[in-house]
Amino acid sequence: MTTTPLLTATPSGDTLELRPGGSWTAANAATLERLSNDVAPQLDRAGTVKLDMAGLRELDTIGAWLLEKMSRRATSAGHQSEVVGIAENYTGLIEEVRQVNRRTPAPAPARNPVVAKLGDIGRATIGSREDITAFLQMLGSLCIAILGVLRRPRSLRLTSLTYQLYRVGWQAIPIVVLITFLIGAIIAQQGIFHFRKFGADSYVVDMVGILVLRELGVLIVAIMVAGRSGSAYTAELGSMKMREEIDALSTMGLDPIEVLMLPRILALICALPILSFIGSMAALYGGGLVAWFYGGMAPAVFIARLHEAVSVTHFQVGIIKAPFMALVIGIVACSEGLRVKGSAESLGKQTTTSVVKSIFLVIVLDGLFAVFFASIGM
Amino acid sequence: MQETPSEAEGSEQFAIRVRDLVVGFHRHVVIDHLALDVIKGEILGLVGASGGGKSVLMRSIIGLIPRQGGEIEVMGAPINHNRATRSTAGRWGILFQQGALFSSLTVRQNIQFPLRENLVLSDALMDEIATAKLEMVGLKAEDGDKFPSELSGGMTKRVALARALALDPAIVFLDEPTSGLDPIAAGDFDALIKTLQKTLGLTVFMVTHDLASLNTVCDRVAALADGKIVAIGPMRELLQSEHPWVRAYFHGKRSQMLQPKAS
Repeated sequence: MTTTPLLTATPSGDTLELRPGGSWTAANAATLERLSNDVAPQLDRAGTVKLDMAGLRELDTIGAWLLEKMSRRATSAGHQSEVVGIAENYTGLIEEVRQVNRRTPAPAPARNPVVAKLGDIGRATIGSREDITAFLQMLGSLCIAILGVLRRPRSLRLTSLTYQLYRVGWQAIPIVVLITFLIGAIIAQQGIFHFRKFGADSYVVDMVGILVLRELGVLIVAIMVAGRSGSAYTAELGSMKMREEIDALSTMGLDPIEVLMLPRILALICALPILSFIGSMAALYGGGLVAWFYGGMAPAVFIARLHEAVSVTHFQVGIIKAPFMALVIGIVACSEGLRVKGSAESLGKQTTTSVVKSIFLVIVLDGLFAVFFASIGM
Repeated sequence: MQETPSEAEGSEQFAIRVRDLVVGFHRHVVIDHLALDVIKGEILGLVGASGGGKSVLMRSIIGLIPRQGGEIEVMGAPINHNRATRSTAGRWGILFQQGALFSSLTVRQNIQFPLRENLVLSDALMDEIATAKLEMVGLKAEDGDKFPSELSGGMTKRVALARALALDPAIVFLDEPTSGLDPIAAGDFDALIKTLQKTLGLTVFMVTHDLASLNTVCDRVAALADGKIVAIGPMRELLQSEHPWVRAYFHGKRSQMLQPKAS
């Protein structure tokens, strides 16, 4: 059984005699480290160190290494060291431990923190060029895949497309409806609360209608889809990459872009406009309910005012953006998925990057569209 | 490791005793009233058909798979619980087939992980021990800073072995240690297992299909068929076994090509 480890140090003249006893094993590691640190100063003073191992009951690598370290410390201080009384069953272990840790690897050169930070920024800047290349590359190969499908319509994976459409479209409806309904309701409530101060509560209908149809409906839905489906795409493709499934596809003469990415991205492009429409309707419904119960505006009045306030143009402006946002989300999700490397950590990192990047790009795209529509007078 | 002279009891000389073990999934029985003894300090090779329950047997001994019945004793202590817990850490080390290294940690951190979680040690000592283990499995101190995804198959197995040995367990379980290695690397790995078993006084429980390792490093070989151990003994005894599956295994076409030495 394990017994308490001991270390008795008996100085006699110029010689220091060390007698380890008990169990020098991993279970007692903390005690062992303390024991060997305690005798360290004595080791430096003594002329000869004699290590008598006869009292040892148990020994493992950690114990053997600590004993070896003591004898090395004595030797490196220029003293004699001698080891006696090694039990036969531990000879091999002690011989083995004598060989290890002989070569200390060169320590990594210390970096100036400022220079290191600047270096990181520089690398990240250069790296962003890579991001753009990856995006354009994916866009290009997607176009080639689409051309291929147009030439041979049968090569479109219809089953896969339907399944993805079901996942990113149909299954997303409840959450999209819930969130946009709440957002519409909140906007209407805030509008009524503040507009009432100068007697303009009826203009709340204009605000909700235009805001939801032009901007918020599509933007909120796109952000939700990026978080819900974009992350799923990245994680799926990333783990397929890790398990060499994508390589397996290529070796069978199939184009992973055509088989995996095209159905996914097409499904997003089909689903996002539909979801945006449903989301916008839910937001208007939420706004209408709040106007009725909180603002005291009858539904018929709300609908009549809405009819005056918004035109088809507002709806068009919103819905035209949806497929482009879907394309950006899909391309970012797929290209980030393909950048996953061997480790579990890199899968997590790439998924995070995918969501952050696609939300950022969706907002940038929305800004560009705003400029575009303003200049063409829509 | 313990040298108390109580051989008279008989159970002291066994590292693992398995009695009447039954393991199954739903109604499909994989291990059927199996009995197996592993002697302290030996290297036991376990052979069996693919999907025949070798890994299930190993996993139920270490508590990863619950058993339906039977008793398991490891180093004299009965394994009562049906789950691996912290109290079992340090009792055994396991080398999984794919290495199962933590992919987000470096090699050195992988080896230090069991030390850090179970012992109270200074960082300096932990580094020294990790380097010592790395060198004992034949790697260099510089390899400690690599990540698992940067390692070759042979190196992954070596690092996994170093991690399995981190707490100096008395028993190591190896799940197909030489699978996926070229014959030279496999031979080196066999030699490494043999050396470590001698220097550290390990008991090794090895699941393998590699006839060469069965021949060169295993003291005894156990054959698992139909959920039972149908033959156990040194290699030359198994070669003479009359059990049809064992005959087919060792005297099949592939085995004939290797012509294991009958000594």
